[in-house]
Amino acid sequence: MTTTVEAMHGSHAGHDTPRGATPPVFYVRDEHAHEAASTALGFWIYLMSDCLIFAVLFATYGVLGTSYAAGPTPKELFDLKLVALNTSMLLFSSITYGFAMLAMEKGRTAQTQGWLVITLLFGLAFLGIELFEFAHLIHEGAGPWRSAFLSAFFTLVGTHGLHVTFGSVWLVTLMVQVARRGLIPANRRRLMCLSMFWHFLDVIWIGVFTFVYLMGALR
Amino acid sequence: MLETLTTFLFGRLSLESFPYHEPIVVATFFAVLLGGIALVAALSYFKLWGYLWTEWFTTVDHKRIGIMYMILGLIMLLRGFADAIMMRAQQAIAFNGSEGYLNSHHFDQVFTAHGVIMIFFVAMPFVTGLMNYVVPLQIGARDVSFPFLNNFSFWMTVGGAVLIMASLFIGEFARTGWLAYPPLSGLEASPDVGVDYYIWALQVAGVGTTLSGINLICTIVKMRAPGMTMMKMPVFTWTSLCTNVLIVASFPILTAVLVLLSLDRYVGTHFFTNDMGGNPMMYVNLIWIWGHPEVYILILPCFGIFSEVTSTFTGKKLFGYTSMVYATVVITILSYLVWLHHFFTMGSGASVNSFFGITTMIISIPTGAKIFNWLFTMYRGRIRFELPMMWTIAFMLTFVLGGMTGVLLAVPPADFVLHNSLFLIAHFHNVIIGGVLFGLFAGIYYWWPKAFGFRLDPFWGKMSFWFWVIGFYFAFMPLYVLGLMGVTRRLRVFEDPSLQIWFQIAAFGAVLIALGIGSFLIQIAVSILKRRQLVDVSGDPWEGRTLEWATSSPPPGYNFAFTPVIHDNDAWWDMKKRGYARPLEGFRPIHMPSNTGAGIILAGISTTLGFALIWHIWWLAAVSFIGLLVVAIGHTFNYNRDFHIPVDEVVRTENERTRLLSGQV
Amino acid sequence: MSRYRAIALLPVMAALSGCNLVVLNPAGDVASQQGDLVVISTLLMLLIIVPVMALTVLFAWRYRQSNNTARYEPDWDHSTQLELVIWAAPLLIIICLGAITWVTTHKLDPYRPLDRIASDKPVPAGAKPLDVQVVALDWKWLFVYPEYGIASVNEMAAPVDRQIRFSLTASTVMNSFYVPALAGMIYTMPGMETKLHAVINEPGTYKGFSSNYSGAGFSHMRFNFLGLSNQDFDGWVSKVKSSGGSLDRNAYLALEKPSEAVPVQHFGTVDPKLFNAVVNMCVRPGTMCMSDMAAIDRAGGLNAGGKAAADAILRANTLAGFPDTQATGLCTVAEAVEAAANSGAVQRPTVTPISASASPAGPQRLANP
Repeated sequence: MTTTVEAMHGSHAGHDTPRGATPPVFYVRDEHAHEAASTALGFWIYLMSDCLIFAVLFATYGVLGTSYAAGPTPKELFDLKLVALNTSMLLFSSITYGFAMLAMEKGRTAQTQGWLVITLLFGLAFLGIELFEFAHLIHEGAGPWRSAFLSAFFTLVGTHGLHVTFGSVWLVTLMVQVARRGLIPANRRRLMCLSMFWHFLDVIWIGVFTFVYLMGALR
Repeated sequence: MLETLTTFLFGRLSLESFPYHEPIVVATFFAVLLGGIALVAALSYFKLWGYLWTEWFTTVDHKRIGIMYMILGLIMLLRGFADAIMMRAQQAIAFNGSEGYLNSHHFDQVFTAHGVIMIFFVAMPFVTGLMNYVVPLQIGARDVSFPFLNNFSFWMTVGGAVLIMASLFIGEFARTGWLAYPPLSGLEASPDVGVDYYIWALQVAGVGTTLSGINLICTIVKMRAPGMTMMKMPVFTWTSLCTNVLIVASFPILTAVLVLLSLDRYVGTHFFTNDMGGNPMMYVNLIWIWGHPEVYILILPCFGIFSEVTSTFTGKKLFGYTSMVYATVVITILSYLVWLHHFFTMGSGASVNSFFGITTMIISIPTGAKIFNWLFTMYRGRIRFELPMMWTIAFMLTFVLGGMTGVLLAVPPADFVLHNSLFLIAHFHNVIIGGVLFGLFAGIYYWWPKAFGFRLDPFWGKMSFWFWVIGFYFAFMPLYVLGLMGVTRRLRVFEDPSLQIWFQIAAFGAVLIALGIGSFLIQIAVSILKRRQLVDVSGDPWEGRTLEWATSSPPPGYNFAFTPVIHDNDAWWDMKKRGYARPLEGFRPIHMPSNTGAGIILAGISTTLGFALIWHIWWLAAVSFIGLLVVAIGHTFNYNRDFHIPVDEVVRTENERTRLLSGQV
Repeated sequence: MSRYRAIALLPVMAALSGCNLVVLNPAGDVASQQGDLVVISTLLMLLIIVPVMALTVLFAWRYRQSNNTARYEPDWDHSTQLELVIWAAPLLIIICLGAITWVTTHKLDPYRPLDRIASDKPVPAGAKPLDVQVVALDWKWLFVYPEYGIASVNEMAAPVDRQIRFSLTASTVMNSFYVPALAGMIYTMPGMETKLHAVINEPGTYKGFSSNYSGAGFSHMRFNFLGLSNQDFDGWVSKVKSSGGSLDRNAYLALEKPSEAVPVQHFGTVDPKLFNAVVNMCVRPGTMCMSDMAAIDRAGGLNAGGKAAADAILRANTLAGFPDTQATGLCTVAEAVEAAANSGAVQRPTVTPISASASPAGPQRLANP
C-alpha cells in the first residue's frame, strides 16, 4: 500500500491572493481513512492508563502496607531468595523478548518464534513461582483477608500476575498468528505492542520488588 | 438438593428478586414491555432488523456511532429525569408526619440511580457522542484512529446502561448515594445486589469510556489534516483533546478503586472496611481523584461548543484563541489538584484544607478568562439569536452564578456550613445543567443540520428553551435558599413545615423542565415531519467557520473526497474568503474500515459477565469470561478489516452534491 | 458584621421574609463567623459576577443582528491590554479570597480551641470547656458527658457561653454531625475520632441532624440541641442523672442495633471508658482495641518488637486499673503474645468479632487465659 498524496490548488485563485503568487493549496488527494501509525501512540496511552491502575494499587499499598492488624508482617512473610529468583525469571523473559524483536527486525520467523517460546517459558515460570508463594502464604493463614496489608499486597502483586497471564495468552495467540501468516506488517505491529506490554510489566515488577519486597524486608 | 441446584443455576437470583409486589415498578415494567414489543413489532414489520444490524449496530463510522451515543443519552435522560421528578414529588409532600409515597428502600435507590445515570449514562454519552461526531470532521479526517474500538466502546457504554436498567426490574439498585462511599457500600451495610449492580455497570461502561478516550486522543494527535498545527485546531477539538486526556488519566483510577471495593465485597479483603486495618476514607480520596476531573470531562467539551457557537453566530473570529487554549490546558492540569474540596469536613487540618480550597479558587481564573473571551467575541459582532446562541447566552448568565457558589464552597469554613446541604445540590446542578446541559443543547441544535441535512424546528426549540431555563431557576433557586436554611441533601421526610413551600416551588420547576424535555421530543418529531421545509442542502446553514461545514449534510461515509489543507484556525471561513472552489473531478477510490459485529458481541458477553457476577451465578460468569477471551482472540484472527469505496461511488456522491448545490443557487 | 448580612439580604429580604436562614443568622459564635464568611465571599465575588452578567446582557442586546448602528469588526480577535485585564481581574479577586481563606480556615479550624466565645467576649481565663462525646449510631445520636457521667440519646444540651469540646465518632457507617445554629459540620467516622469546638450564645432549642447520608433511617436521625442558661443546664443534668438508666457496655451494644426515629433517652450513669472503646471498636468483649492493634503494628508485628509493645500495653492497662480487662480485649493481646511466644510460625490471632465467633480460639479461650 503506497500512500498517494497529491497537492491540489484551488481552481480559482482567491481575491486575497496577491497577483503572481501561488494560490493557496486547499486540499490534497489522499486515499486513506486512517494510518497504522496511530497504533503505537494508542498503545502507549493505554499503557499509561494501565500504569495509573498500578499507581493506585501502589498508593493503596503505601497507605495500608503497615496495617498488619496485629498479624504477620512482611519481614516474617517474604522469602527474598524466592522473590529474587522470580524477579530474574521476569527479567530474563524481557531480554529474550528483546531477542525475539531483533530476530523479527531481521525477518527471521523461526528464530523469532524460538525466542518467543523461551519468553513464554520464563513468563510461565514466573507465574508458577508466584502462585507457589501465594499458596504458601494462604496456607500459613496469611491470606488477603487477614489484614489490610495483605489485602493490598495480594492485590498489587496479583494484578501484576494477572497482567503476565494475559500477556502469556496474547503471546501464544501471536505465535499462532505468526506461524500462519509470517511476519507481515500487521503481525510485526502486534509483536511490537506486546513487546511494550511485556517490558512495561517488567518495569512495574521492579517497582513491586523494590517497594514491596525489599523495603518490606527492611522494615 | 433442589436448593443447591437452584443456587448453582441462579446464584442469588430467585423469584423474590423480582419486585412484582411493587405497583410502581410493575406498572413501569409493563409500560416498558409494551413499548418494547411495539418497537420490536414495528422493526420486524418494516423489515428493519437487517438494516439496523448492518448499517448501525456494526458500523465503524464515527458519525453513526456519535448519533447512537446521542440516542443512548436521550433515552437515559428520560430515565434519570423520571427519578428526579419522583424525588421532587416525594420531597414536596413528605411533611407534617406524611411519609410521602416512597419508603426509604425506594427513595434511596432513586437518588442514587438519578446521580449515577445522569453523570455516566446521560452526560457522558452526550459528550462522547458529540466529540465522536464532530472531532474527525473538524480536523478533516475520514474516521477515528481505531474505528472498531469506537464501536466496541459504544456498546460497552450501552452494556453499563443495560445493567443499570436491569436493576430496576431484577433485584434493586444501590442505596448508597452516587459515589457509594464505604462502609455504607461495604458488605456489612449493603449485603444486597444493589452495590454490585453499581460496580459492574460502571466497570463495563468505564472500559468503553477509557478506550474511547484513547481513541480520540490518537485521532486528534495523529489524524489532523495537513496544515492544522496544534494552535490551528478548532477550540472544540482542543477541549475534546483535553477532555480525553482527562478521561484516560482519571477513569483508570475509578476502575482501580471499584476493583478494590469489589474485592472487599467478593473476596473479603480489608481495603475499606472498618476493621483489620482497612481505611474507608481512602476510598473517598481515591474516588474523588477520579470524580473531580470527571466534572471537567463533562464541562470542557461544552466550553468548546460555546466557543464555536459564539464565534459562528456573532460572525467573528473567537476573541483570544490562544488564551482560550491555555485556559483549557490549565483547567485540565488543575483539575487534579482539588479533589479534597469534596470532603473538607473530614477534618484534614487547616493547612491541607486551605491548600485545596485555594487551588480550587485558582481554577476560577482560567474559567473566568473563558467567560470574558466569549463576552469579547460578542463585542462588536453581529449576533444572530438562533437557538444555539440563545442557549449560550443562557449559559453565560446561569453558569457564572454556579461558578460563584462553587468558589464559595471552596472556602473551607463556608463549606463547613454548606457542605452536603441543598445549597451544594443547587450549586452543582447550576453548573451541570447551566453549563453541561445547556452546552449540549447548544451543540445539538448547532450540529443537527450537519448530521441530518435539516434544521430543527425553531418554534418547539424556543418552547423547550424557555421551559428548560425558567424551569431550571424554579427548580434550583429554592434549593439555594433551603441550603441556607440548613437543610441537608437526601432527606426523605421533613419535620419543619415552613420548608414545604420551597420544595413545592422546586417541584413546580421540575414540572417546567419536564415540559422542556417534552417540547424537545415534540420538536424532533415535528422537524422530521417538516424536514423538507427545514432542509439545508448547502452543508453550511449557519455560515460556519470550521471544517465540518465544508462537506455535505449529512456528510458522506468518507467525510471528505479530498483531504483539506488548513491555513487558518477558522479553516472553512478562510477557504470561503479566499475563493476556495469545490473540486469536481479527479476523484479516487477511498480506503475505509469495514463494519464488524465483534464490538456488539464482546460488549454483550461483558454485560452477561457483569450480570452473572452481580447475582453470583458463577458458572455463567466462567462461561462468559471464557467466551469473552475466545471472541476477542478470534477477532484478532480477522485481518481483512478494510475495503475501498470504489471511485464510481465517490463520483456519484460528489455529483449529487454538485447538483444540490447548484439547485440552491 | 451584621451590616454585611443586611446588605446581602436586602434584595432577597422580601422573598425570604418569614423563613429562617439559620446558616446566615445562627446563634453560636463559630457558625456566626462562618455565616459572615459566606456573605463576605459572596460580596467579593459579586464584584466581578455582576459586571460580567451586565456586560453579557448589554453586548447581547447592543450587537444583535438587527442593530445596524453598532460597530461590526469581524476580524478583531485580540487585544493584549484586554487579555491582561481578563486574566488579572479574576486573579485579584482570588488573591483576596485566597488570603481570607487561609486566615479563616486556620482561625475556624474545628480542631482549634476557641479564643473567644463571642465577638466581644474572650474565653475567660481558666474556664474549662464542656466535653461532649458524640457517637453516631444507626440511626440516632448518642451524647456522653464525661464530666457529669451522664448520657442521652437524640437530645443534647449545653450551657450558653461556655466552650463545648466535641469528640466524635460513629459506630458502623459515616455520618456528619451538624447543628446549623451552633457551628459547621464535621464527619463522624467509625474507628476514627474527630474534634469540634463551638459555643452557643443564645438560649433556645435548635435543630441538629446528620448531614451525611447513612442509610435507611437517615431522615429521622435528628435531635434537639438545647442551649440553656447555666441554671437550666444544671437542672437538665440532674434530671438526666435522676433518670436512672445506666449505659454500660451491654446497654450500649443493645442501643447500637439499628433503629429509626428513636425517642429521647437519658442515662444517669455511663461507663467512663465507653467512648474510648467505641472509637477503638472494642466494646464487644473479646475484641482487640484498634489502638492496641496499631501499637503492635507500629512495633513491627507480634514477632518483632510487638511482643514487647503488647506486654507494655498489658502492663500499662493493668496499672491504670482497668475495671474490665476482659472487655477491652486485653486478653486478646495477652493471648496473641502467648501465641507468638509459643510458636515462631505465623499465627492468626483472633481479633474481630466475626472471626472470633467463627473460631474456637476466640473469646471462649479468652475467659481462661
